[in-house]
Amino acid sequence: MEQIINLDHLSANPILPEVQEAMIQAMKDNYGNPSSQHKLGDRAARALESARESVARLLNCNDSKEIVFTSGGTESVNHAIKGVAFARSEKGRHIVTSNIEHNAVLRSLRRLKLMDYKVSSVPVDEYGRVNPEKVAEAITPETILVSVMHSNNEIGTIEPIKDIAALCSEKKVPFHSDAVDSVGVVPLDVQDLGLDLLSLSSNTFYGPTGVGALFIRKGTSIWPLLDGGVQENNKRAGAENLTGIIGFGKAAELAMRDMESRKTHALDLRNTLLKELPNYIDGYIINGHPEFCLPNLLSISIKYIEGESLVLLLDDENIALSTRSACAAGALQASHVLISIGRDFADAQGTLVVSFGLENKKDDITKFLGVLKEAVKTLREISPLYPKGKEGA
Amino acid sequence: MYSEVVMDHFRKPRNVGIIENPDGKGEVGNPICGDMMTIYLKIENDRIDDIKFQTFGCGAAIAVSSILTEMAKGKSLEEAKKITNSDVAAALEGLPKNKLHCSNLGADALHAAIKDFENKKSGVEAKEPKRKEIHTHKDGEKCYCPYCDAALPEGTTYCKACQLNTVEDHH
Repeated sequence: MEQIINLDHLSANPILPEVQEAMIQAMKDNYGNPSSQHKLGDRAARALESARESVARLLNCNDSKEIVFTSGGTESVNHAIKGVAFARSEKGRHIVTSNIEHNAVLRSLRRLKLMDYKVSSVPVDEYGRVNPEKVAEAITPETILVSVMHSNNEIGTIEPIKDIAALCSEKKVPFHSDAVDSVGVVPLDVQDLGLDLLSLSSNTFYGPTGVGALFIRKGTSIWPLLDGGVQENNKRAGAENLTGIIGFGKAAELAMRDMESRKTHALDLRNTLLKELPNYIDGYIINGHPEFCLPNLLSISIKYIEGESLVLLLDDENIALSTRSACAAGALQASHVLISIGRDFADAQGTLVVSFGLENKKDDITKFLGVLKEAVKTLREISPLYPKGKEGA
Repeated sequence: MYSEVVMDHFRKPRNVGIIENPDGKGEVGNPICGDMMTIYLKIENDRIDDIKFQTFGCGAAIAVSSILTEMAKGKSLEEAKKITNSDVAAALEGLPKNKLHCSNLGADALHAAIKDFENKKSGVEAKEPKRKEIHTHKDGEKCYCPYCDAALPEGTTYCKACQLNTVEDHH
């Protein structure tokens, strides 16, 4: 196998060896259904609850029952938004969100709009930060839910969730935060933040994909997204993905234990890249907030070129990276996040998202920069947007 | 996701560059939808003597521009006008469904450049070429969303099932 430098941890993280071990062990001798009344079921149920407690500890929940296991971040977000919208439709049909949410939030809300719900979306500043006052202003007596992400998946900006939660609580409106890219990466405490619902995903912190959770504070009015059996305290039907959940629990324990060292490692790589970048390319913009940001992500808009071409050229050199260009997403539209923070369409198309992981070393950054320099030069030579006379700059 | 031919033209694009004082120039696309393409022509005796391109766009857009210049080079204007978007896509041994609009851009840029040449020759004021996305299915056939294959009512541009616009917006 070719050695690939993965700078796209946001798309996929490897499963940590300890997590793999826990999962393999579970596949071998804990295949029971946690709902069964016999010993096999009982063994499965105990493993399930133990994983639930690990995840609950990571978020500092009052009660592990407030954790509902799902098939991942997308399901959690869909459950939070549609579940609350359906449960509270008698009270009102208005939902407040921000302009830079993930598609899971955006499209859930768009789907609700087809069902006569109304949505207000608040703008963000040039760094992608939501002003909590704007959220408060958007709330009406009809508002049944506010949903603002904890950190943005394209630019890494961390939102003032605690302030927004306080304003929502004052107005007695439930507040959900999509924290899929934050949980396990930065310390996060649902008591301190004071929110009602929070979505998270296991692969963000090196657990398996296909598993996630929704934190639902006790007393929150919400319907299940999936109807069927009585699993997950009646909140999510279907026999549990026990192997995945056991891996998720193990990953949560490790994330809690290693939070600080992982953060330091990622920040070190991020700072190295930021410092070295001007020695390799010119004509770029760093997106996101310089202080309130994820440690493991850096978004760079590179002028005069398109992101997908750049990703293909980097891939030829075995460097895995992600872009937010419309072409790569197959969306035919520039990223709504980048447009919301004021990037023009061309700059938005040339945006790379670098996301670091545990196995990355400083050498990876140096190799990436060397390859990036050549790829940018090649594509700018082809580009009609590149100003003449800048060759060799 | 791309064919070998696409990757070859993307990695080693042919006829990249500018022709100074071109006989015809065609510019299509805009960065809003992700791609911009400029085709330059040098015409001798109604034949494409030289052709160059510049493209801002994804891998497919660059490959389309490159293969298009190879297909058009040496052809008479009448022959070149007959090059269609599907010819370009076929020469590339196919493009992913959501990238077909890139091949549309290619043939359109070539035709715009030929039109520019003809306009100059006949002294007609050059007009901004207007592109229309071609929505292809045979008469009587059902219309399907290109992204999720849901059946769509004729004339819709938005798929309610997968929440995507089915034709690109050219502003």
